[in-house]
Amino acid sequence: MQLNWKVGGLALGLVFFLAVLLVKPIGVSTQFVILDGIVADIVNPALVTETDGVYTSTNAYLAKSDGKYAKSVANPLNYSFLFVLAMMVGAFLSSRLRGGNGAQDNTIPMLWYVNFGDSKVKRYAVAFVGGFITLYGARLAGGCTSGHMMSGMMQTSLSGYIFSAGAFAAAVPVAMMMYRKEG
Amino acid sequence: MQIILALVIGALFGFALDRNGATNPSVLGRMLALKSLGLMKAILLAIGVGSILMFGGQMAGFVDVGHMSVKAAYVGVFVGGLLLGAGWAMSGFCPGTGVCAVATGRKDALFFIAGGLLGAAAYMVTYPAVEATGLLNSIAGGKVTLGTVPGAKYDGLMGLPGDVLGIVLGLAFVLVAFVLPERPDGTDGARAAAE
Repeated sequence: MQLNWKVGGLALGLVFFLAVLLVKPIGVSTQFVILDGIVADIVNPALVTETDGVYTSTNAYLAKSDGKYAKSVANPLNYSFLFVLAMMVGAFLSSRLRGGNGAQDNTIPMLWYVNFGDSKVKRYAVAFVGGFITLYGARLAGGCTSGHMMSGMMQTSLSGYIFSAGAFAAAVPVAMMMYRKEG
Repeated sequence: MQIILALVIGALFGFALDRNGATNPSVLGRMLALKSLGLMKAILLAIGVGSILMFGGQMAGFVDVGHMSVKAAYVGVFVGGLLLGAGWAMSGFCPGTGVCAVATGRKDALFFIAGGLLGAAAYMVTYPAVEATGLLNSIAGGKVTLGTVPGAKYDGLMGLPGDVLGIVLGLAFVLVAFVLPERPDGTDGARAAAE
């Protein structure tokens, strides 16, 4: 079952606090780059190289900030990457305990179904394109809903406010146009 | 130790996202279309609670100011935000909730993740061109907080004490979370709640 917003929001806030108390603020979207880098480095081992403990890459993005991302690609068992894998475990446990989403909603979510019908191809295609735009945008912005919006505004960081203004300025009109029926 | 913390805090975060309905694209879509704002209220409350505890903890001395990690401000943050917002509304997923949604069994989330990995790869390849446009050049001081946080390695946009300001803004987020109507159109949303 879904929690009341007060309990749910408090729980979420405590997790964000715990993260910054014990380690560092939560962020997710960088790990898409790290996974891409891990796969690309298997295909082409020359992508990430290490000399005397200093990592760099032939890809300018992985090499930036003194090879910070290149280092994570070379060492996948790092905090931020494992964090995202652990998120999946937590979400999995939660969904099992509440009995799952149901086979139909797992294929086509209710809101999509009432607005766009039962074509799986259409739903999957839009989810794929949406994913592409979301992650390209997140990397351009340097963070996503977790890192910029929640962790950023929580720390009163200017960039978090700029990001959130942009995200909602696009998301609200797009959602209002797409989801006219509520389901 | 870091590994254990990653596993514990990550799992708690994934669990909390799912329990807030954030892994469900229908909940996200209704929120972004401003039809049902329960999740929005939860997010605002979470930001407020996190802020009050973090800055309060800093003032009390048990939260290390050095744990803060402030990202740079540049025009691309806004442009990237617009792109992310569009993709978020289209798909009903953001990066974190998409990953979690896959784990709850959602097949469309797998396509979101696949598209996301390709989008991230596209950014890796086009990064030098993006950098050349100047979109990534810092504005307003780059890595800045709104106030000046004592002991932090980041500058403040304003001279105000950043920890006090953080608590005030945190309280404001909590207040907005409570004031914001769950159903802006005034209906009871019984149908949405019945799901």
